[in-house]
Amino acid sequence: MYGDNSMNNNSTPDAVGRVATTATRVIGVSAIVTMAWVIVSGLFLTPEDAIQGDAVRIMYVHVPTAWVAYLAFIVTGGASLCWLLKKSPTLILDRVAGASAEIGVLFMAMTLISGSLWGRLTWGTYWVWDPRLTTTAFLFVTYVGYLAVRGLGGSPHQRAQRSAIIASLAVLEIPLVHFSVVLWRSLHQSASVLSPDGDIKMDGLMLFTLFSGVVAFSLTFLWLVMHRQRLLTMRDVIEEKGLEVAIRERQMEPEGSDL
Amino acid sequence: MNDLGSIVATYVITFGSIVSLVALTIQRGRKLSRQVADQDKPWI
Repeated sequence: MYGDNSMNNNSTPDAVGRVATTATRVIGVSAIVTMAWVIVSGLFLTPEDAIQGDAVRIMYVHVPTAWVAYLAFIVTGGASLCWLLKKSPTLILDRVAGASAEIGVLFMAMTLISGSLWGRLTWGTYWVWDPRLTTTAFLFVTYVGYLAVRGLGGSPHQRAQRSAIIASLAVLEIPLVHFSVVLWRSLHQSASVLSPDGDIKMDGLMLFTLFSGVVAFSLTFLWLVMHRQRLLTMRDVIEEKGLEVAIRERQMEPEGSDL
Repeated sequence: MNDLGSIVATYVITFGSIVSLVALTIQRGRKLSRQVADQDKPWI
């Protein structure tokens, strides 16, 4: 019975708990290995920065978390826009959008926290109402609102429709956040690697560790999106089947039984 | 290492959050998977 905690009659014992596939296992192991390297290299192998000293070690997690948050919200926006344009009968795009937004919100929160700790060391304060920090906080709140809207009642298609419209608009905030350091006078430093002049002023191992962090966190994002959209698929199936059972039971009740 | 507390706190919060989300996802997946038939799992 769907919605029951007992084993489903159609599930084989081997399939119980089977959400992972070979692809997600490979991605997961790759993410663990690259993450371990980032921790070791970021904390112990990379040199101090000439100006910031050891505080630069926060960069190896702060930049990749910000990158994944951007990536997650772009995936949410792209999947939502595709769903709106295609109006596909399947909800896979909506589930990918929802799963990606959940991950994006977590990584954005981590970006804000790690940025605050880094700011305490380099600026002497956890928070300032700087354009980059303010727009990032606004982006975070927007996607928390998006997740709240996804949690409202209605059918899966109603959920997909309303959340896709919000996500398609919310994604427009990302260029504003990214270019806020260029558009306004900002305390936050401008891009170090993707600078407009293309000149990278960073030690080789520091750059490699930063790049490894981006790869590790991107792999983690991919693993999480694949797994969490499968969770959303199973949750929708349980809700749909549960509703069907409830309707059938209601139809089988004798007329006037509720009087 | 200077500023050790803030640096370690950043790493613990970041990687701790990721590990927690992964663990939660695996646990929730196992629970839901028991309630859904194989034919409703397109990835199998």
